[in-house]
Amino acid sequence: MESSVRERTFPAAVEFLGGFRAFILEEDGAEERLPPKRVAHLDVAIEEIVVNICSYAYETPPGELTIRVEESPEAFAVEFLDNGVAFDPLAVEEPDVTRPLEERDAGGLGILLVRRMMDEVHYSRKGALNSLRIVVKTPRER
Amino acid sequence: MFEMKFAAETWGRNVSLSGRLDARSAPDFEKEAIAAVDAAGGGIHMILDFSNLEYISSAGLRSILVLAKRLAPSGGKVVLCGMSGVVEEVFGVSGFDSFLPVAKGREEALRIVGGV
Repeated sequence: MESSVRERTFPAAVEFLGGFRAFILEEDGAEERLPPKRVAHLDVAIEEIVVNICSYAYETPPGELTIRVEESPEAFAVEFLDNGVAFDPLAVEEPDVTRPLEERDAGGLGILLVRRMMDEVHYSRKGALNSLRIVVKTPRER
Repeated sequence: MFEMKFAAETWGRNVSLSGRLDARSAPDFEKEAIAAVDAAGGGIHMILDFSNLEYISSAGLRSILVLAKRLAPSGGKVVLCGMSGVVEEVFGVSGFDSFLPVAKGREEALRIVGGV
């Protein structure tokens, strides 16, 4: 397949979660070009990132969230761009998943799932924007 | 799309979940589950049957954690069964499968809650 890029800007609100998901995974039939297991991983990562940005990035919600999908024969990458307060989710300490029930809280679980299920996760500050880029490597077409 | 079915048993509630337990459905599940615990006055077990659950995110995990913490003081257990695919993976990554009992099937789940 050829490489392709598509981009769309949404209101940064959790109620549009279905729309984000559809744009990334269903538009252009992306879902069919990836192994089902990786689609499920992306599904989780998309929700965690969107919920995070929509809940925390804007002091007066809702702001805007731009999604950029880059597909190539080698990789499926999604970049999430928001102009909310500067925040690097990868700098937050990972929760200790070996603790017993009484000592557990749900903090940090979303980004932990993203890190474990994606092949790469990158944060960068691009001017006034937070950029979080996730990558799933796909087997090269023969 | 998410559905939940609560069935009263001698040992507590059997809860069958299907579809997607995500940021949109998790608050409804939490509300129903906590209401069931409060209606019973605590002291019950809950089996969460995930056989038809396709998807769970950290929002779903959070609701299950709230439920488990509500039941714990009265000795009530939350037992997980029927996990597969990405649901099983999410429980593994989060370590929730280490502090909540996981049963392979219904019979093992029933043994854990003392229902057989």
